[in-house]
Amino acid sequence: MKHLEVCTENLKQTHELGEKIGRAAVRNMVFLLDGDLGAGKTTLTQGIARGLGVRRNVTSPTFTILKVYQGRMPLYHIDAYRLEGTVQDLGFDELMEDEGLTVIEWSQYVSYLIPEEYMKITITLLEEDSRKFVFEACGAQYEKLLEDIA
Amino acid sequence: MTMLLAIESSCDETACAVVKDGCDILSNIVSSQINVHTRYGGVVPEVASRIHVENISTVVTEALEQAGVTMDDIDAVAYTQGPGLIGSLHVGVQAAKAIAWAYHKPLLPLNHMTGHIYANRFVTELTYPLMALVISGGHTELVWMESDWDFKVIGTTRDDAIGEAYDKVARVLGLGYPGGPKIDKIAREGGPHYKLPTPKTDTPYDFSFSGLKTAVLQMIQREEKKGEEINVADAAYCFQETALQSMVKKTMAAVKEYRPSMLVLAGGVAANSRLRELMEENMKAYPGTRLVIPPLSCCTDNAAMIGAAGYIAYRHGLFGEFDAAADPGMLMPGEEY
Repeated sequence: MKHLEVCTENLKQTHELGEKIGRAAVRNMVFLLDGDLGAGKTTLTQGIARGLGVRRNVTSPTFTILKVYQGRMPLYHIDAYRLEGTVQDLGFDELMEDEGLTVIEWSQYVSYLIPEEYMKITITLLEEDSRKFVFEACGAQYEKLLEDIA
Repeated sequence: MTMLLAIESSCDETACAVVKDGCDILSNIVSSQINVHTRYGGVVPEVASRIHVENISTVVTEALEQAGVTMDDIDAVAYTQGPGLIGSLHVGVQAAKAIAWAYHKPLLPLNHMTGHIYANRFVTELTYPLMALVISGGHTELVWMESDWDFKVIGTTRDDAIGEAYDKVARVLGLGYPGGPKIDKIAREGGPHYKLPTPKTDTPYDFSFSGLKTAVLQMIQREEKKGEEINVADAAYCFQETALQSMVKKTMAAVKEYRPSMLVLAGGVAANSRLRELMEENMKAYPGTRLVIPPLSCCTDNAAMIGAAGYIAYRHGLFGEFDAAADPGMLMPGEEY
């Protein structure tokens, strides 16, 4: 499965969707989360973290750009929002080879970090609390992940 | 007398200070003041390790020179161990260790947040029990201190830091950066003409600003759909009132329950003029608690605050090892994972 669309009605459902993804994720995967401010990128990541067994609450990484959490594998939560218009080597590529799951928000500002294979998740805020998630799998292991969560 | 060299590089700034007895700033150097790399008035963060490496020797040398001291006069080297961005922290940690090793000085590893709290000692002596509201671009925390160097985080943001919400809302309102001062200013011309939902959390002292940020966005889109342009001053007013009233209300509830002898504000958002008004107004109901609002110079990220916290750590004998590493997700002292 290369493509999947899911809609959620509220925060709880978005967390549940993330949790499902977190449970199905395997080491070294990279998820790119696309969507405007307020789309729900960090909210989905909170769910993914739960699915990985992370006990700490995931908060926005905008200020520090990277936050690391420990679950059944490390979660590297990257937010490139503040890096717009700059090219800075932050050494994140080393982390991504380190057997964890990497979630990147605003990946267009760190395009050099995007590997050959990845999952792109485009989030659109519909109205009130409902959101649309479009998954595009790029690579066999991501296609399998979509089958697992569909 | 205790003289500390303090190094802070937890995120965008490389900074070094010399602080005497935790309250007397002999020098306080921040790289952005002297740095040629700063573009667009500091909007672009300098987070790459390479930039911190280029800056660190300059700020340390400058701090010692301006203070008129040499390493012989320094009793210990205090540094920020976390929380922050790994690469940035790493440079400060390595510099602190190298300097301390070369000059045979003890090390004081510190949490950035303790620095924000103890920066208030530049203004006044702290009395306990104390409640601190630490609010910045990266943090929103309510910290209870029963006594000196005793920290309990009783509330924190569930999603976005308040300063981050200000910056993002300012951006969608076309107000530019930094969002805090811009919204604070234009909100003075606005009125309560829009309605935004009050942030809700499951726990009494936790904060949430992400939903409010999204609500502002949806409000702008709704107005656009109706073919109407958003009134920026009114929108700024409504966002600011909703965000601050919610935060102040929770802080007051904590003051009511914990009865601290002092409530201190810390971090960059403490500079907000409306927040200061609201705090002063609301604290009239609690005459037993003294409200301390530091001047802006004590609020932003700098190394002097690490010197302030470092002095207390020094008195408590909280020295660190030479094999210490940066801790990007560092918890407050005593806090458990």
